Amino acid sequence: METLSTFEIVIQIIWRFWPVWAAMIIIGTLSYMYRDRLGLYGQLYDGGVGIAGLVFIGFWLFSALFASIIAPFDPIGVVPILKNAVPGTIDPESGNAFLLGGDKLARDVFSRMVYGSQIVLIIAPAATAFALMVGITLGLPAGYYGGQVDNVLSFIANLVLAFPVILLFYLLVTPGITETPIPYTLAGLFFIFPVIFFVTLFYTRYQARPQFMWPAIAVTIVLGTWIWISLVSNDFIVQALRNNGLGFVGAFFDLPVFKIISIEPGQLNIFVAVVFASSPGVFRITRGLVMDIKTRDYVAAAQTRGESPWYIMLWEVLPNARGPLIVDACLRIGYTTILLGTLGYFGLGMPPESPDWGTAIKDGSQLLRLYVWPALVPAVALMSFVLGLNLLADALREESLKD
Amino acid sequence: MISFFVRRLGIMALTMLCLTLVVFFLVNLEPNLRKLSISQTNMRASDAQIESWLVRNGYRDNFFVRYGQWLGVVQKQPLVDPETGEATPRFRFCDEPAEARFSGVIQGDFGCSTRFKVPVSERLVPALQATGWLMFYVMLVMVPGALLVGIFAGMREGSRTDRSLSVASIASTATPEYVSGVIFTVIFASWLGILNGSAATATREGITFSNFTLPVMTMAIYGMGYIARMTRASMAEVMTAQYIRTARLKGLTFSSVVIKHALRNALIAPFTVIMPQFPWLLTGVVIVEAMFRYQGFGFTLVEAASNNDIDLLLACALVSVVVVLVTQLLSDVGYAFLNPRIRVS
Repeated sequence: METLSTFEIVIQIIWRFWPVWAAMIIIGTLSYMYRDRLGLYGQLYDGGVGIAGLVFIGFWLFSALFASIIAPFDPIGVVPILKNAVPGTIDPESGNAFLLGGDKLARDVFSRMVYGSQIVLIIAPAATAFALMVGITLGLPAGYYGGQVDNVLSFIANLVLAFPVILLFYLLVTPGITETPIPYTLAGLFFIFPVIFFVTLFYTRYQARPQFMWPAIAVTIVLGTWIWISLVSNDFIVQALRNNGLGFVGAFFDLPVFKIISIEPGQLNIFVAVVFASSPGVFRITRGLVMDIKTRDYVAAAQTRGESPWYIMLWEVLPNARGPLIVDACLRIGYTTILLGTLGYFGLGMPPESPDWGTAIKDGSQLLRLYVWPALVPAVALMSFVLGLNLLADALREESLKD
Repeated sequence: MISFFVRRLGIMALTMLCLTLVVFFLVNLEPNLRKLSISQTNMRASDAQIESWLVRNGYRDNFFVRYGQWLGVVQKQPLVDPETGEATPRFRFCDEPAEARFSGVIQGDFGCSTRFKVPVSERLVPALQATGWLMFYVMLVMVPGALLVGIFAGMREGSRTDRSLSVASIASTATPEYVSGVIFTVIFASWLGILNGSAATATREGITFSNFTLPVMTMAIYGMGYIARMTRASMAEVMTAQYIRTARLKGLTFSSVVIKHALRNALIAPFTVIMPQFPWLLTGVVIVEAMFRYQGFGFTLVEAASNNDIDLLLACALVSVVVVLVTQLLSDVGYAFLNPRIRVS
């Protein structure tokens, strides 16, 4: 079979990524020109570390967006003659090359890497966002009130933190668990936090101006409930509700409105496990920050004005804790990516043909001594993305120290 | 001081109780019990056979009674054959007392491993020893390495050495074990061929340089960056202190200032992050042992979890929780001893 030379492979890979380069150059140039007006994001362009972080993240972000244009092959499509093909082998039928070789099931490693970024870039930031919501909503009162509230919440957080992550995953993401109500209960519990958070946020802010408050709260509740039911409900839940004499709830959950966005039970399970594992960390950081900030004079001033405790927490304390929280969120997305990879590496939750990087590393590392590329390519991809996030977090930390 | 320890130990006991209860609940979910029963009887067992196996072996008894039996606060009843009237053990590979008695974790009986067909302690003790060696070598490489990197970087903040070492530490924290394991295996085993890509021989023939370097290196790299960054931050802060200026101004050489004056104070903060590394290494152990086929604690945990080996998995959970809690306690106490400004209370 014909193969490309190393130089041709490099050129073709660079050419394949053209939408990514185009998008990065446009966005990068615009951001650099107007960096003075872009606040914290603009300040990142002042240092080499920040730019390096943005380049890595931008690369994978746009790869995920334009995956269908970049990837020459279907990520789960099989070309039998190219089983374990060396990088650059040309597929005689389509004329396209397996740029980074074929894996043991004769799929294109390059296309799988590109499509794998989609899975990571959807789940990791979303799970981190939910973990932030849960951690902040519980960390604020724990730090602000202290006492029994703090004792109980901290005990629960330490309980989860004392669980070795890998054991937690083995227990929570086993295939059988989707037949039990546990993942859906946990999902229902976690997904309610954003609704609580935003309702409290608007309620405390616009209390004096009901004409703003009620529409904002109504929109939050309607939107929140719609997303909540869409994510939590599926055929299993509807059936379970019917069996338990709650048929009308089941029928309501079954409405076509709630089918517009949905999530696979397996993916929901992964999502829940990752949120569960990382919210105690956010809780601890928020709690510590709040305990520090609540001794400041502006908090005392707000207390003297007679503001409600939740107003002080959400509008006086939280904005002043944003710096460390943004840095933590950045690191946490990276950590979540690593956790997702761990799940994939142990074959937990993800479907076996899934192109995500962890699963690809697991599949590839079985034949590592003979064929290097199926494992090495996703490994480098995962590393570069997490590296980008860590560099960005470092640059953000430097910036927030300057203030 | 004493009330502090009593309080801490009380919280530790409560944490262990809660966590084992959660694990016990999760391993006894219906799909997991079915999986266990299918693997223990045979692959084509009918629903009735599965159910009778579960009833016979006591998996259908009350949940809290079974948890109490495992813990050792409720008596374990012998399984009496209705026809012969004799007590037979539930699993032929484990002994069982013929009369009812307390025999649980508190009494030192961890139960019976259905996956390896031996009593749990027989399997777990050698596994823990094997992992102990791995941990020992990892610490031996990771801690001095990380401290050196951190000290060199923090010694002259903002210098070229500092910046390159800092980027290297960031890169190391971005490389989880399953990534660095693949990369190192490719470089050292596939291309250079100087190291063994598998540590399976370490279990049988003993630890050698060629079969143990890759697992140790893989595990050390991920934790190293974090400790190094903590050391660097602490070192950089100490170097700006007044007494360092004084020492420099009285004419001491830079190296003696660093070694005699800065190090002692700079190493307090890293100590508190080294101790909590142990539980973090636990996840690393599982990945590395699975990757390099080393039969230690992590390997046992994976086998127990994927076969729903209830007693073995509970024992593994208990061990890891104890490790986490003890290191937390040691780190708090150690910090108080190292830093005279903090008192244990």
